[in-house]
Amino acid sequence: MNETAFAMTDGRVSFDGKSVLRGIDLTVCPGEVVALLGANGSGKSTLVRTLLGLTPLTGGKTLVYGTPPGRFRDWWRIGYVPQRLQVGGGVPATVREVVASGRIARQSRLRRTSAADRAAVTGALEAVRLADRAGDPVQSLSGGQQQRVLIARALAGEPDTYVMDEPTAGVDAETQQLLADTLAGLVTRGKTVVLVAHELGPLEPIITRGVVIREGRVAHDGRPPRPEGECARPGHEHQHPHADEAAAGPLTGWQGEPR
Amino acid sequence: MIFELLQEQLFQLALIAALLVGLCAPAVGTFIVQRRLALLGDGVGHVALTGVALGFLTGTAPVLTAVLVSIAGAVAIELVRARGRTSGDVALALLFYGGIAGGVMLMAVAPGGSNAKLNSYLFGAIASVTPLDIWIVAALAVTVLGVVAIFGRELFVLCQDEEMARASGLPVRFLSLLIAVTAALTVVIAMRVVGLLLVSALMVIPVATSQQLTRGFRTTMGLAMLFGVLASVGGLLASTYSPKVPPGAAIVLLALAGFVLALGVGKFVRRGRTQESTLSERPKLRVEEVA
Repeated sequence: MNETAFAMTDGRVSFDGKSVLRGIDLTVCPGEVVALLGANGSGKSTLVRTLLGLTPLTGGKTLVYGTPPGRFRDWWRIGYVPQRLQVGGGVPATVREVVASGRIARQSRLRRTSAADRAAVTGALEAVRLADRAGDPVQSLSGGQQQRVLIARALAGEPDTYVMDEPTAGVDAETQQLLADTLAGLVTRGKTVVLVAHELGPLEPIITRGVVIREGRVAHDGRPPRPEGECARPGHEHQHPHADEAAAGPLTGWQGEPR
Repeated sequence: MIFELLQEQLFQLALIAALLVGLCAPAVGTFIVQRRLALLGDGVGHVALTGVALGFLTGTAPVLTAVLVSIAGAVAIELVRARGRTSGDVALALLFYGGIAGGVMLMAVAPGGSNAKLNSYLFGAIASVTPLDIWIVAALAVTVLGVVAIFGRELFVLCQDEEMARASGLPVRFLSLLIAVTAALTVVIAMRVVGLLLVSALMVIPVATSQQLTRGFRTTMGLAMLFGVLASVGGLLASTYSPKVPPGAAIVLLALAGFVLALGVGKFVRRGRTQESTLSERPKLRVEEVA
């Protein structure tokens, strides 16, 4: 069995003729904690969605544990934390119900909820300190609490690899620290983590590898970029010169050119 | 009087039909409302009329042709939805109008068709159900409740967060079609009881009522099914008091009265929850869910 969590070679994605990923090579090995960094619009969210098969590749190929996403079957090995909670229509759902849905990839169709399911859900709720809100509708929680529900949902599935799309975006400092502690616990148990981040903040000590995406290409891959002066300090207001350049520069000359 | 009525076969059949509709429509409706497809039932109901007319035209049981045509309609609606184009809205509207106009036209030229027959399908005619109808309705109801029981967990994930469903390896396309087809079957079940024009009401109103009082998905569905049964059986009983009371309309008006009541009770209940009062903004009911 291939134990490489993700392996993308020359991954390309374009939407309506506009290239978003322009030839990405990325391999994620077990136990790594990879931070995908980059400015808004650099393609990092598209990259994680493509790794999971949520966005189809227009060129190149990608593998999840050695299998293309379309034919991958062991989805219980992956825990996905999307950017924000998608609360369906007007029907309320309790925190516990949403967290329990993280077990879905482990549950066969006709089996009833088992003691192991319940224990995993309770454990996940405690890990994000929402056990006391388990019976409340998720719609009644604050943004930071909803983010914790999403993390708990992934934890409940007890996957090998976590994929998190900006888990710290728009979340208070307390939740960021909680997330960092939770991730540190996962890392000591040998779990793999791929997360998209804008700034690392309290997550920094546990990141083993930083991959910087710029204009759909890997601009840096290796040790996480250390704070340089003012730019990486918590609370620092980011300016986005890259995004502006990309918007202002000539787009046509860039498309699909390998570097 | 009710006791005497229970002896009558006609009333027994009507009661069974009302019970089954009251159970099935809100169960499916909970998923549909969660998925923001509250009007799906309406759309399928319109299309089903063409199916009914085709039954008269070809001399087959209208319930069977309605099943086939409404399944086709539901699949078409789902395919348009999945493509996610903005023009999907208009495409759906075209399908609805085509369904009604086609039904009325075919019904007019069909040998056994008449305005009275047309009305009985548009507005329901629970008093005219035959034992064959009941068998078909019962089989459909078992199918619908079976789908909810077997696929409920997956459908919850799908309707709650389609992306998550995909990233969990669920067969998203299959489940989407399944919920659409199940909705189509529900429409046909409810057709004889409340009529095609009011079918959607029984799928949506009990759910809207229930969510005024509940905090979770499971409890919302359970309570909605209870409200659905109360409304459909209650409306049927109301119609037995006077031949002037149309059962379909009575059922829907009863369900709406329950909603208004729950709205008041729900406000009271929520005010009691002091802990949440500042942060919580319970989902507001949108107009299209009631329409």
